[in-house]
Amino acid sequence: MRFSNRALDKFLKHPLAVAGSIVLIVLYTLMLFAEIIAPYSLDNGLRELSYQPPSRIHFVHNGRFSPRPFVYRYSFTFNDFFERAFVEDRSTPYHLSFLVKGDPVKLWGIIPVRHHLFGIPQSEGECRMYLLGADAVGRDLLSRILYGSRVSLTIGFFGVAITAILGFAVGGLSGYFGGRTDWFLMRFAECFMLVPGFFLMLALRSAFPIELSSTEIYLLIVVILSFIGWAGFARVIRGMALSIGKRDFVTAARALGASHARIVFVHILPQTLSYAIVSITLSIPGYILGESTLSFIGLGIQDPQASWGNLLGVAMNIADIQYHPWILLPGVFIFLAVMAFNFVGDGLRDALDPNR
Amino acid sequence: MRDEIIRRALISIPQLLLMSFITFLFIDLAPGDILAKYRFDPRISRKTVEQIEKKYQFDKPIVVQYVHWLGRLAKLDLGYSFSREAPVTNVIAERLLNTFLLSFLSILFTWLIAIPLGIYAAVHQYSWGDRIMSLISYIGMSLPSFFLALLVMYLVFQCRSVPLIGAIPIGGMMSSGYEQLPFFAKIIDRAAHLIIPVVVLTIGALAGLQRIARGNMLEELRKQYITTARAKGLPENRVIYKHALRNAINPLITLFGFSFSELLSGAALLEIIINWPGLGSLMLAAVRSQDTFLVMGSMLMGGIMLIIGNLIADLLLVLVDPRVRKA
Repeated sequence: MRFSNRALDKFLKHPLAVAGSIVLIVLYTLMLFAEIIAPYSLDNGLRELSYQPPSRIHFVHNGRFSPRPFVYRYSFTFNDFFERAFVEDRSTPYHLSFLVKGDPVKLWGIIPVRHHLFGIPQSEGECRMYLLGADAVGRDLLSRILYGSRVSLTIGFFGVAITAILGFAVGGLSGYFGGRTDWFLMRFAECFMLVPGFFLMLALRSAFPIELSSTEIYLLIVVILSFIGWAGFARVIRGMALSIGKRDFVTAARALGASHARIVFVHILPQTLSYAIVSITLSIPGYILGESTLSFIGLGIQDPQASWGNLLGVAMNIADIQYHPWILLPGVFIFLAVMAFNFVGDGLRDALDPNR
Repeated sequence: MRDEIIRRALISIPQLLLMSFITFLFIDLAPGDILAKYRFDPRISRKTVEQIEKKYQFDKPIVVQYVHWLGRLAKLDLGYSFSREAPVTNVIAERLLNTFLLSFLSILFTWLIAIPLGIYAAVHQYSWGDRIMSLISYIGMSLPSFFLALLVMYLVFQCRSVPLIGAIPIGGMMSSGYEQLPFFAKIIDRAAHLIIPVVVLTIGALAGLQRIARGNMLEELRKQYITTARAKGLPENRVIYKHALRNAINPLITLFGFSFSELLSGAALLEIIINWPGLGSLMLAAVRSQDTFLVMGSMLMGGIMLIIGNLIADLLLVLVDPRVRKA
């Protein structure tokens, strides 16, 4: 208990780790209540608002200040080059409210909800408020990013869970038994590190059809990513198990007649836990990036489902970024999540390391 | 040490084959028939499909198929690419040089820039320069490579009216009128198309390497032999560049072996984003068209490049570190 208090103290003194934790808390809260916080449902689009720029929030209408923020309605005209140009219709302000009745959605897929955290009430009239702009079919990018976090922010945990189980089992056994078992297990693990991750990921993905249901794809991505990731983790656990296995308390346990399994799983592996926690935290970004990469190149989550990767995938067309730079925003969310996990991982490493 | 390197290189061959077998199994276990597309294509006669099936033993159990694949591999025949209608070996050979060029240049620039920056940061620890570089490194390490690529492309696009920067081509490996250009202009055109990919890959790898170079250098500078060198009155330049630097670089070479895998992955992804005709974009196309032999061949090629990269790292380490040589 005293140890964990000390570790917590150290962690809280690490400014970047605290900042990272705050970012993660915010991101995961947004993810948890995505249906309520998102002003629109996942696929509520208006074709005529395709690539509407982010709605500007105003406070002054006709020279008069209004304490309640409002937006104007956007519509497009064609300019001299027959390009669509969006303009604000400055005649009517549409005021924003909290807890607005909007698209009927189901929180966590179960609880039916009609009210969203904020938005434009229907009494104000028909007007969309797209704070981060719209995508190609006129859907709210902010809402899609929030829904997309459901995939992007959870996939790491499932991937890491499988990786950890495999890594602990193989690494622990390998390090404890040593000798020939160790040699074979480690050579086997190395096979998975012999092919660059991206190539292996594509090779495994190629075994399955491109079009799958979103649940199937989600599971497939988890399996593929842990398939690639477990070996590195196993190798590290093996190194630790090897050195812990030589300590006196392990010899004592053996002398008392404990079984091999008991020694590995009860005596050795818990000793590697603090390291494993750090390693796991630092490997979550890899899973977030892995999912984003697959979805980004069109082999992962498919439209109309959203993930940060497939939202950013639209931006692969350079002409689209040029005219609608806001479609790069999902990338900012990936960046934030990855950086936050890196900071928290660094902080944990410093906090759990007794030598520092 | 020499034996160790040879042993490690040799063992990676059966390892790579085992990996290819696992992938083979994975692909076989998954639903779908490689030849389905041809069976239902009215332009292809049933006989042709049967011939293909016979040649590649698709009707036999997976182990037999794999053994045949191995047999052809020994003759450098990686099978037939159904989507490109050419032997896989030829298709890959065309692309390999492009990928190699990209990876080689970015490694070169990363090292040329990261090492001096790392030394500077270590020697001037906690100076403003060090702090700014630390901040940039932290951001750089968390920036996904594909996002970075999009950002750089966007920035270049925004600078369209700026001379020089505005002329940097975005995407592809050569301009559309490439064949008509005189020889000298061809070289310039090629070089210009390399700018964006090399810059993106270099920035991506730079942050991590700079941090590690800094850390290693700091560690060496704290050691006693450095104090001794300073105490006996050696000029600071000599202490840093002759004594500390040589020791600080060795672990980086080992690390190069480890990070080579990430570099190849990053390059492959970048190729897809900027339409670079390399191994990565080839493999994605192969996956999209479910071209199994091409996928297997590309994966194998990725593995071979990684093994060669690790081998080079090992040899370099022997070259620069007398301790390793003697061990």
